[in-house]
Amino acid sequence: MKEKLEQIKAEALRQIQGSDALDKLNEIRVSYLGKKGELTAVLKSMKDVAAEERPKVGQMVNEARQEIEAVLEEAKTRMEQAALEARLKSETIDVTLPARKNNVGHRHPNFIALEEVERIFIGMGYEVVEGPEVETDYYNFEALNIPADHPAKDEQDTFYINGDFLLRTQTSGVQVHEMEKGKLPIRMIAPGRVFRSDEVDATHSPSFHQVEGLVIDRHITFADLKGTLEEFARELFGEETRVKFRPHHFNFTEPSAEMDVSCFKCGGKGCRFCKGSGWIEILGCGMVHPNVLTMSGIDPEEYTGFAFGVGLERIALLKYEIDDMRLLYENDIRFLKQF
Amino acid sequence: MNTALSWIRAYVPELTCTDQEYCDAMTLTGTKVENYHRLDHNLEKIVVGQIEKIEKHPDADKLIVCQVNIGSEVIQIVTGAPNVKEGDKVPVVLDGGKVAGGHDGGPLPEEGIAIKAGKLRGIPSNGMMCSIEELGSDRNMYPEAPENGIYIFPEDIQVGIDAVDALGMRDTVFEYEITSNRVDCYSVLGIAREAAATFRKPFVMPIVDVKENGEKIDDYISVEVKDPDLCSRYCARVCTNIKIAPSPEWMQRRLRASGIRPINNLVDITNYVMEEYGQPMHAFDLDTVAGHKIIVRRAKDGDEFQTLDEQIRKLDSEILMICDAEKEIGIAGIMGGENSKITDNVKTVLFEAATFNGPNIRKSAKRLGLRTDASGKFEKGLDPHNAEAAINRACQLIQELGCGEVVSGMVDVCQPMKSEARIKFEPEKINHLLGTEVSKEEMLSIFDMLEVAYEEGSNELIIPTYRQDLTCCADMAEEVARFFGYDKIPTTLPTGEATAGKLSYKLRIEQKARDVAEYCGFSQGMSYSFESPKVFDKLLLPADSPLRNTIVIANPLGEDFSIMRTISLNGMLTSLATNYNRRNKDVRLYELGNIYLPHQFPLTELPEERMQFTLGMYGEGDFYTMKGVVEELFEAVGMHQKTVYDPQSGKTFLHPGRQANIEYDGTVVGYLGEVHPTVCKNYDIGGRAYIAVIDMPCIVEKSTFDRKYEGIAKYPAVSRDISMVVPKNVLAGQIEAVITQRGGKILESCQLFDIYEGEQIKEGYKSMAYSVAFRAKDRTLEENDITAVMKKILNGLESLGIELRQ
Repeated sequence: MKEKLEQIKAEALRQIQGSDALDKLNEIRVSYLGKKGELTAVLKSMKDVAAEERPKVGQMVNEARQEIEAVLEEAKTRMEQAALEARLKSETIDVTLPARKNNVGHRHPNFIALEEVERIFIGMGYEVVEGPEVETDYYNFEALNIPADHPAKDEQDTFYINGDFLLRTQTSGVQVHEMEKGKLPIRMIAPGRVFRSDEVDATHSPSFHQVEGLVIDRHITFADLKGTLEEFARELFGEETRVKFRPHHFNFTEPSAEMDVSCFKCGGKGCRFCKGSGWIEILGCGMVHPNVLTMSGIDPEEYTGFAFGVGLERIALLKYEIDDMRLLYENDIRFLKQF
Repeated sequence: MNTALSWIRAYVPELTCTDQEYCDAMTLTGTKVENYHRLDHNLEKIVVGQIEKIEKHPDADKLIVCQVNIGSEVIQIVTGAPNVKEGDKVPVVLDGGKVAGGHDGGPLPEEGIAIKAGKLRGIPSNGMMCSIEELGSDRNMYPEAPENGIYIFPEDIQVGIDAVDALGMRDTVFEYEITSNRVDCYSVLGIAREAAATFRKPFVMPIVDVKENGEKIDDYISVEVKDPDLCSRYCARVCTNIKIAPSPEWMQRRLRASGIRPINNLVDITNYVMEEYGQPMHAFDLDTVAGHKIIVRRAKDGDEFQTLDEQIRKLDSEILMICDAEKEIGIAGIMGGENSKITDNVKTVLFEAATFNGPNIRKSAKRLGLRTDASGKFEKGLDPHNAEAAINRACQLIQELGCGEVVSGMVDVCQPMKSEARIKFEPEKINHLLGTEVSKEEMLSIFDMLEVAYEEGSNELIIPTYRQDLTCCADMAEEVARFFGYDKIPTTLPTGEATAGKLSYKLRIEQKARDVAEYCGFSQGMSYSFESPKVFDKLLLPADSPLRNTIVIANPLGEDFSIMRTISLNGMLTSLATNYNRRNKDVRLYELGNIYLPHQFPLTELPEERMQFTLGMYGEGDFYTMKGVVEELFEAVGMHQKTVYDPQSGKTFLHPGRQANIEYDGTVVGYLGEVHPTVCKNYDIGGRAYIAVIDMPCIVEKSTFDRKYEGIAKYPAVSRDISMVVPKNVLAGQIEAVITQRGGKILESCQLFDIYEGEQIKEGYKSMAYSVAFRAKDRTLEENDITAVMKKILNGLESLGIELRQ
């Protein structure tokens, strides 16, 4: 009996070693361990064995069975692994083939610049507000301390609808609208479209965008204006940016200033970009003129404030090195896709 | 404004600084230097030489060989210049020197032109004689220079001296940007005063002392100002025995540097004083002034007048004229008349220095199309005190330069002048505004430099009349800040009550619209708010369309920019056309911009500005692509109700069978469709294009950012397919309306999954198949629930003439 079992086992192991496919292994399992398999047949023939021999034979059969099963399992694992490896190998793709993209659209560079500006000021607690593009003479000029005969009101610069209505030449009128609401303190920026009677060329457009800023509170100082705009410039153009404030004149601010930033191309050494000066003019600003505060119903003895105005196109053209303003209004997709 | 630094130094003698230091310091105190250039840029080793001998070049017909005495030695120079002769004194650049430009007067090379000794056709040449163009200037500035050839000095010049110095070119010209409030700085004296304060050096005014001849002015001239509202002061003086000659070299140099061409002593003196004092003056030939009387009055409508540039000008009753007893002889503040102009034979001159109404001069000059140096100064509004100072200065120069004699006295017709302004001195308030701690003494020393006096008793600052821009404490704060230094003011951030930084709700919705458009492949465009009235015809809008009621710009850049848009499509279609014509494939654009809807004409209140979200595309995609973007937007802004698409939208500019109004919650919120082929043709777009226009105020109203979780369904859904043959004119929307209405509460969704027209379907019909899903929130649906609701739906569909397929 023992010899027979050894023989069966040896034959089974030989067959397992020799098989190269999972279904073959299965056949082997059935032919040895199945209901009609050889080992099962041995068990069935136990009735012919002497009773006292039965446990011993049973144990031998079980041992043979376990051994065959173990080898079968091992062979199966090996083959599955080989099959997986073969599959992975056959499934190699060319990862350098073109991507399948969703072709997401692109935002206008002007608007990207605006979002940058908005992000910075919202972070400093400013509310983004809007005002009308068709404006009255009062909000665009008079309430901003620009008297009736001022050259800025000249038809050369302003598009008029009639004597009272015009296309706003600056976003500064939004300052007045906000102040008239009577809610203080104010920290606001007002982006928007403005219009001036300039013929279209590489650096001019009859329609462009500004962002107005206004802060009104008790104890606001020129030092606060400097600190705020310096922070803004660093956020917008980089931490190493330096700023310079130069005296200037605007009717609705006093003292007034223009702010230059160190050229972000050459770092201030002087290059073609900054025309050799190392500085780039970026915005106008100043302390809100007491006449403007008074006209808007705010007591200049109690409140002070500062205001500033940035040309968005100027920022976009500088930041993205766009050399012709006309590109901004052409909407050529090859241009827009670069942003 | 351009001025030589040497002229500024004449009034600030202790000024010592480099050109760059001057530029930086002046800019930081508010007199912005736009740029500056040295007149002797790239001029090296150039001396005055005298030609002693000229011989022909042995091998070249057009060249001559000159022996030139340069003081220390005699050198040989070969030249092709046609104008020199023996004895001429000329600028000579020596071996190793440099000139600024070529003899043709073209653009100056950045590095100049180096000159080296060499041979010309075999003959050694040890330098070069220079034309005025080679010296970097031109005949405009040096009218005595020959048109074509070497510059020749006057005979009395010393040989061997620095020729650049002799030509007055050892100087730097600064160009300033003067702000409109600083009228006083449109003058050399004004800038010099700022320079003195900037560098804290003494400012020395010219001493004006007129030596008069004892004759009486009243014997020569009388003045009557009939329109004092336009002429607040008129000063007149007379000079006799005028001898016209060139003005002295120093005056010519200063004028040249300011960009003014020297003419003769009389003209140069008026120009010189205009630059120096900022006060334009006019000189009349007194012998042409009828009745020796000046009358200042408005012109009459329709009058014509010949100005001294020989042009005939049409006048009107708002233009102020200078007249004599009989006729008009000059347009006040703008230009004199041909009939009274100074000639070389002038004997007696009448000087005028007046103060005219600035805005009136500006408007008159504009209407006449004649803007002059004088009008440019007058229009800023001059200080009446300056007129007297300037006319006296001019008379002094006439006498000192030997140009003539000065008649005693001045005729002065003057309105009461404003007295000096007084401003309370409030140093604490100034420091509070600036965020500084500048001492009271420091402030007063700054004011002192600016000639602002302080009266201790009244604690008032007394403002000089030329500083019309100083009216309140904030103005004084700026003066302190300028000279304390903007750069020295600390940088702080505002303190005080915190405020919330945020976008308005409208702007948040617009941001969503941009996001959705871009996810869907649309790029952001921008177009003008004004356009041509022709766009309505291009869009096939009927003559009575209300969209044709537009706001019209009174002074547009041209008809193409003359009306404010009432529909946002023109910009979009123009942009699509631009792309199409540049052969860009598959273009998708969007724009967020206003339309302007007037309430009434003429405008008496602000128009309604409505933000439009406009999408346009051609290439890949169709009507349903566009519809998809619309629905993505609605979902993104919380508009979850069923959107209705009404094909009866009546848009002339869209394909009649491919357009729809977009209705949401009972409101038309926009429209979409395929652009009408004729409109495409009008815009030169080949192929099909699609647009959608969403009225953002409606979206703002219907949208919400509120979201509520409804729970994920616990009970299973049951679905049924409905397959049908539908008359062609029945719309999917109608079918869905029936299913939605009849499906009731348990209807979860209905989805079209097949549509087919053609063979196997009878003429006039289409085959459609919907998958309908039912689900209850609180139980598992049973077969009889489904059967009942399906029966209702199928009955409803049949009533639309639909045949159900089994």
